[in-house]
Amino acid sequence: MSANPKLVKRGYIRPLDLKQGKVEMSHGGGGRAMAQLIDELFQQAFDNPWLRQANDQALLSRPEGRIVMATDSHVVSPLFFPGGDIGSLSVHGTINDVATSGARPLWLSAGFILEEGFPLADLKRIVDSMAAAAREAGVPIVTGDTKVVERGKGDGVFINTTGVGVVPDGIEISGDRARPGDRILVSGYLGDHGVAIMSLRENLSFSTNIVSDSAALHDLIAAMLRAAPDIHCLRDPTRGGLASTLNEIARQSGVGMAIREEDIPVREEVEAACELLGLDPLYVANEGKVIAICPAASADALLAAMHIHPLGQDAAIIGEVIEDSHGFVQMETSFGGRRNVDWLSGEQLPRIC
Amino acid sequence: MKYVDEFRDGKVARSLAQTIAAEVRPDRRYHLMEFCGGHTHAISRYGLRDLLPPEIHFIHGPGCPVCVLPIGRIDSAIELARDHGVILCSYGDTLRVPASERMSLLRAKAEGADIRMVYSSADALKIARDNPEREVVFFAIGFETTTPPTAVALRQARTEGLKNFSVFANHVLTPSAIQNILESPEVRELGTIPLDGFIGPSHVSTIIGSRPYEFFAEEFQKPVVIAGFEPLDVLQSVLMLVRQLNEGRAEVENQFSRAVTREGNLKAQALVAEVFELRDRFEWRGLGEVPYSALRIREAYRDFDAEVRFDLPYRSVPDHKACECGTILRGLKQPQDCKVFGTVCTPDNPLGSCMVSAEGACAAYYTYGQFKGSAEVAEAS
Repeated sequence: MSANPKLVKRGYIRPLDLKQGKVEMSHGGGGRAMAQLIDELFQQAFDNPWLRQANDQALLSRPEGRIVMATDSHVVSPLFFPGGDIGSLSVHGTINDVATSGARPLWLSAGFILEEGFPLADLKRIVDSMAAAAREAGVPIVTGDTKVVERGKGDGVFINTTGVGVVPDGIEISGDRARPGDRILVSGYLGDHGVAIMSLRENLSFSTNIVSDSAALHDLIAAMLRAAPDIHCLRDPTRGGLASTLNEIARQSGVGMAIREEDIPVREEVEAACELLGLDPLYVANEGKVIAICPAASADALLAAMHIHPLGQDAAIIGEVIEDSHGFVQMETSFGGRRNVDWLSGEQLPRIC
Repeated sequence: MKYVDEFRDGKVARSLAQTIAAEVRPDRRYHLMEFCGGHTHAISRYGLRDLLPPEIHFIHGPGCPVCVLPIGRIDSAIELARDHGVILCSYGDTLRVPASERMSLLRAKAEGADIRMVYSSADALKIARDNPEREVVFFAIGFETTTPPTAVALRQARTEGLKNFSVFANHVLTPSAIQNILESPEVRELGTIPLDGFIGPSHVSTIIGSRPYEFFAEEFQKPVVIAGFEPLDVLQSVLMLVRQLNEGRAEVENQFSRAVTREGNLKAQALVAEVFELRDRFEWRGLGEVPYSALRIREAYRDFDAEVRFDLPYRSVPDHKACECGTILRGLKQPQDCKVFGTVCTPDNPLGSCMVSAEGACAAYYTYGQFKGSAEVAEAS
């Protein structure tokens, strides 16, 4: 007797085991396993018209205005941290790099490098978090790529994202436009992301309530540009923190900066954690903060617009641009003394004594 | 912030600075050596020099743990990790200290040596427990502050019978270094280093107490004020030293009484004495061989002594010819007197150890003082 035709499901493929399964070399091999991973995981999570076309590229209509493009690779450890994970971070990071040109971000791409043996459950968590971040920001992930490397040759997951956006006419933002007399603003408390990450590193066991500030800043930046279209510079102080970002802009613009320690917003908990670890909050990474430099006449309007936005509630004017051909960033300490705020040298390593 | 902001109050600082300005005598200079890198760091980071009258001169002493570590010792640590294949555990700052042939622990790590940064000796013990098939060596450095934790780790390792754990001990002693400076011909006979008094160590003194400094005050007639690392502590200790010098006193005073007693931490001292004994001599970067200035592991803990286990010979290696770390650590020169300061030698590519740690005089000058321009820095020093 032949098999009951009702029991044979033609073309049936066992779904991915998103609970117990692991990433295998075949998931990057270009065969059926890869197609399945894309269909059942990435496609479902990121779903949009471009991905539904299932082509190797996204066909996009040319927008009006000047186009900006930015790319960022994410290799954060640990992958999950208070306030986010590598997925949301990879969306926010690239959106912010696009947005700090004054652009409205339009599309993202996502490239994954997965390590053989990485739990599919963790991958799903990351992909869902990316999808949620992209949806919330209103910026679709329109194309992507997946590669798998042998066990021991990666660190779980690396994610590269690239973003494209369009800058409205009349907006001229660049790191070389800071001029003496301009005011320097930050959008809120500094150092939250770096401290949240550090509190989880394996050899550090202190508990803290600090969560990462990881957030997409394009909406805040749009509001800022409506209030002050003549903003000269915008930059997000990620690795290297406020200190490195101000030094970058000072060098690009050929100016100096003078900031006031008392006016720089740093949470007590962040200050305490940095004190304990021998770090300086000015050098600790942020993922949801922006530094703005604008003409003095626009500073108050800009600050007021930032205060209204949820991501800019704690914004502050922290100093001004000065003439200095050496491009030094100096700070008036809370003591009234002055000191240099230098580039970060190497990695921040804890002091011994 | 609780327990921190209280010691960083700008108003209190300005009023202290005014009192100091009012009390200094215009006809004299006050050459004060802050022994510890922690003080050097606080002076630079908070811009304290700007608050003080020009009569006050700081001389930056050798109390920065990584700055005084000689090249030969770093070479040995690299040898352990590279040639003996151990997991070498070390405190953060130590990783960047330049060794022979443009090496450092960080570079050795990049070349594949298993070197791990730890925050405490307990982390090193844990790594040993987690890797029973590997030899794990704790590269122990520092003054009296970091010695008790190393002693605890050694005792714990012996109790647990942890066969794969050992310690490469490089702990050094503060009083020996101070004595070495005071007895150096530059201070005693030649008078090339004017030295009027000391801002004494804070954390070190919580362990050893204030008593060991009494000898310096008496024998060498130099006042010592033990001071905390907070900027207000430093200012207050400057005021106390100015007063002693104005009144012709040479006493040990304790500004850091919230943590330091005359006898120190007796329990920690006993623990250290149980595990460690004096070395006859030890090489310091900058000071050369200093007799009875460091500790080695006692016979009873010999099985956990990496120098014995791996039969490590010590080779003294001279500093780079252009590097002035030695003279800077002895207070003979200031960082900007060094030809390579800020050019060949920077925090990103340190040639000498004083440029490595944030507590090193060169790194502090470079990082916090640049905008003033060399003329102004020289004038302030």
